[in-house]
This record gives sequence, C-alpha cells and structure tokens, in this order.
Amino acid sequence: MFRFIAKRFLEMIPVLFIIATITFFMVRLAPGGPFTTEKSIPPEIQKKLEAFYGLNRPLFQQYLDYMGNLLKGDLGPSFKYATWSVNELIWSAFPVSLELGCYGLAIALILGLGAGVVASLRQNSALDHISMSLAMVGICVPTFVLGPLLILMFGLGLGWVNASGWDSWRDRILPSLTLGFFYAAYIARLARGGMLEILNQEFIRTARAKGASRQRVILKHALKGGLLPVVSFLGPAVADIITGSFVVETIFQVPGLGRFFVTAAFNRDYTMVIGTVLFYAVLIILLNLVVDVVQVWLNPRLRFE
Amino acid sequence: MQETMAPLLPQATPLVEAEAGTSLWQDAWHRLRKNRMAVASAVILAVLSLLSVLAPWIAPYSYEEQNLALRAVPPQSGHWLGTDALGRDQLTRLLYGGRVSLMVGIVATGVALVIGVTYGAISGFYGGMVDVVMMRTVDIIYALPFTIFVILLMVFFGRDIRLMFVAIGAVEWLTMARIVRGQVQSLQKQEFIEAARALGMRQRRIIFVHMLPNVLGPIIVYATLTVPAVMLLEAFLSFLGLGVQPPMSSWGLMIKDGADRMEECPWLLVAPGVTLALTLFCLNFLGDGLRDALDVRTSKD
Repeated sequence: MFRFIAKRFLEMIPVLFIIATITFFMVRLAPGGPFTTEKSIPPEIQKKLEAFYGLNRPLFQQYLDYMGNLLKGDLGPSFKYATWSVNELIWSAFPVSLELGCYGLAIALILGLGAGVVASLRQNSALDHISMSLAMVGICVPTFVLGPLLILMFGLGLGWVNASGWDSWRDRILPSLTLGFFYAAYIARLARGGMLEILNQEFIRTARAKGASRQRVILKHALKGGLLPVVSFLGPAVADIITGSFVVETIFQVPGLGRFFVTAAFNRDYTMVIGTVLFYAVLIILLNLVVDVVQVWLNPRLRFE
Repeated sequence: MQETMAPLLPQATPLVEAEAGTSLWQDAWHRLRKNRMAVASAVILAVLSLLSVLAPWIAPYSYEEQNLALRAVPPQSGHWLGTDALGRDQLTRLLYGGRVSLMVGIVATGVALVIGVTYGAISGFYGGMVDVVMMRTVDIIYALPFTIFVILLMVFFGRDIRLMFVAIGAVEWLTMARIVRGQVQSLQKQEFIEAARALGMRQRRIIFVHMLPNVLGPIIVYATLTVPAVMLLEAFLSFLGLGVQPPMSSWGLMIKDGADRMEECPWLLVAPGVTLALTLFCLNFLGDGLRDALDVRTSKD
C-alpha cells in the first residue's frame, strides 16, 4: 500500500512537468499578450513592464526561469493583478471554490445515495420510477440552464433567496444545488444499478436464508459492494465538482478560482493560467489516488498492483 | 421463493429467442423496438435533426435578420417563439442552432471514434509492452484537467468552429479506447481469430475485418452516449462565449442570451433550454435502450 502510493506520487512528477511545459508554450503561442489592451500603452512603459516581468528575454530562457521557480513552489507574479503573486491569488480564491464544491458534493451524495438506494430496494415501484425519471432530468438539464432557471424561480419569482453574490448562507443555496444536482442524478442511477446487481447475488440470499434482518442484510452486506460503482465515479466527479464550477461561479457571481481562471485566460495572464492549470492537475491526480485507495478498501479483490 | 426467482427469469428469455434462430442484430433490433422510450426518443431525434438540416429552407427568417420594430417580443403569430433583444426570430435561431449542435455531435463523435477505436484496437491486439505503454498514457491523459485545456485552446486560438470539433473529439476518445481495447483483448483467445492467424492473414486484416465487427455493439452504444456529451460541451463553450460566434446561432449562445435577460424575457431562456434538454434526454434514452438491446456491459471496463 505504501509502495503503491509512493509510486503514484513519483509518477506525478513527469506528468506535471509535461503539463507545465505544454501549457507554457501553448499560452505563449497564443496571439495577444498580457499588456495588449484596447488603450495603447506608451511604448516606453510597455518596454519597462515587459522587462520587469522578464518578457523581453528569449522564450526558452523564460521557460527555464519559470521551471526553476516552479521547483521552489513559486508560481510567479500575476501579470494582471499587480503586486499579487499567483500563489496568493490561488489561495485566496480556492477556498471559495472548495466550499462551494463541498456543499455541491454533500447535496450530490445525500440526494443521490438516498434516492438510488431507496429506488433499488423498491424496484419498479412508483417511488423508483419517479426518482429515476427525476435523475434522468437531472442528467439532461445542463448546469447553465438549471442555474438561470432556479434564479428565475426562487430568486426573482418567489424572492426567497438572492439571485447572486456570496455573502450570507442564503446566497449559497442555489449555487450548491445547481452544482450538485447533476452529480446527485448520476449517483442515484449508479447506486440503484449497483445495489440491484448485488441484491440478486447468492451471498445476499444466503444472508437472508440465515435469518439476518432486512436492515442487516442491506447495511452490512449489500451497501459495501453495491456502492462500488459510485466510488469509482466519485474520483473524477469530486475533481469535476471542485474544479469545474466555472459555470456556476459565472452564473451566480461567486468569487472562486474557476472565475479567476476564465478571466486569466481572456486577459492572457500567463503565469496565472499555468498556475491554475497545474493546481487543478495536482488536485485531480490526488483525488484519483484517494479514490483508488478507497476502492481497494471496499473491494479486496482488487489488489494494489 | 417468488421473490428470489423473479430476477432469474429475464436471463432465461434470450436463450429461448436464440433457439428460434435470430441473429444478434435481429434480436437486438427486436428488443429495441419493444423499448417504447427508446423508440420515441429515436423518432423525436429524427424529427429534430430533419428540421435542423432543413433550416435554411423551412425557417421563416434568416438567422441574422433583424426586425427592429419587434425586439424582445413574447411568442406571437409570425414569431412563434418570440424574438430576441436584437429582433431576430427565436424559432429560426433555434433551428440554425440545431444544425450546429447536430454537426458538432456527429463530427466530434466521429473524431473520437476514429482515434479511440484505432488506438484501443492496436493496444488490445498487440498486448505486452505496447499495451502497457499505450494504456498508461491513456491513464495519464485521463488525469489532465481537459475541460480546462479545451477552454484554453478556444480562448487562445480564435473560436474557430473546426478547431472546436477537433478539440472536443480529442477529449472524448479516451473512454472509447479503453472499451475497444478490453473487447479486443477478450476476442484474442477465441477460435475464429486463431483460425484467421493460422490461415496466415495479415494483422491489419485480422484487426479490421475480423475483430472490429465483433466489437461493433459496444462501439455503437458508446458513440450514442458520446453525442450528448459532445453537444453539451459545445453548448457550454458557446455559453462561455468561446464556441460558435454571433451572429451565427447556437443553443449554448441562445441560453447565454436568455440567461442575461431572463427577468424581462424568460421565453428567451426557456425555448433553447428545453430544446437542448430534450435532445440530451432523447440521446441518453436511446443510448440506454441500445445498451439494453445489445446487452453490453460498457461500464464494467
């Protein structure tokens, strides 16, 4: 187990190196630059700015400098937010995304697991049909449709919550729901499928035959195996929820990392773009690792390679 | 006893049908036709596609034609779905947007198919070191923040619709590669492949003539499920302003416009939102129906 985790950490290094390199050159190949604005800057100032950020040096030299700093964990200064470093920007914006992501994930798990497990226990009942139809709707209505619709209904129509912002707890309801609903729907389907498959297996019948109570059969025997598909989905899903909240952040004006990233890309804030991409990549890799470990724990038949 | 027997029954039925002498495809077709949701979805999709393809001929207006006297009017005669803030007919723009979605769905899925199937087939067929290296690469690429890269590509290299096809296709081929590889690997040991080898056939011929037709089921199912994913990504990019550029129309673009002024004109949000959701809904149902009909376990691999 320790060796498995250590190996994965070692694998991370070349992957991150490749990502950093690709992103670096991709960003530079793009037309425009951080100081190309509609209002033209006097050439002397532009020169000074470029010299200050080292943009006047040969590209390969800049690359070496960037990689050198990266090794020290320094993502460089932001080109657009003067006096801010990329590290500071990420650490100030990420907690917001993380918080939103956690609420979304909680909603997804509670709604999804609840609906999925109940549906599987009452297969073909009205409850099953209703929750599965709802789940299908949840999968098919994209967040950028659901979000505005929720705002229209609860924010503008009923006036229960604010349409946007991120100040009080009431501002957090709609974004979290919007973010979590798709995953709730997906988890519900996976949980139902997984549970149905397990509930039909011999060892469940054996447990029942031995007189175990219904509750015990479900909680002790079925859940662990039945939820395996959910766990393997959770790896990419958690990463998606936490990193992929651009849309929700844009719709609801949430000051999270997703919004910073999109703005940075538009503004050609080179260091900010590379920094965010790397940060997301590390996050995704770590989350996948956690899921792999949990999966083996749930299903001993999968051994660590 | 009743309870425990019931789940065994559905497994028994295909055997009976097989005895009647139907091929896999006839059997699948038969089962698909009995799935009412899947058939209804297929019909709706066919109608939507037809309407979209015929948009230039049947649309009442041109997608960029503005009627400045009738700006942002609710649905009424002459403008069945109302007009947007620039006085453009909403129904017309919806039809043209359908063209974009349809085209992205087909082309990007095609790109993903070609890359994924070839890659997976090669990896599964040769096995050994080739397989290890190729699949490890897929694992690593899987771990990349891909949506982020697509966004970067679109921001930096000018919002060209052809670039979007390629970018989206390049994201979606990974799962396809994994599925095909798993299937090809399991075919390796079967007698008819042995026989083909014994007859001295070239490897390429074995892969493309003997193996791929047998993997067609999972490929079709997965392709059907890729189309909605691709359409969603296009709508998402257009929503962010990175996909299709105005004055051309796209559902994502219309949803964005609708969301911006939903307070005054909710119909601008509802029409494209419902259309997109309905399309995705049908594609998912059709994909599920196909999976049940062909009885392939794509999720297991």
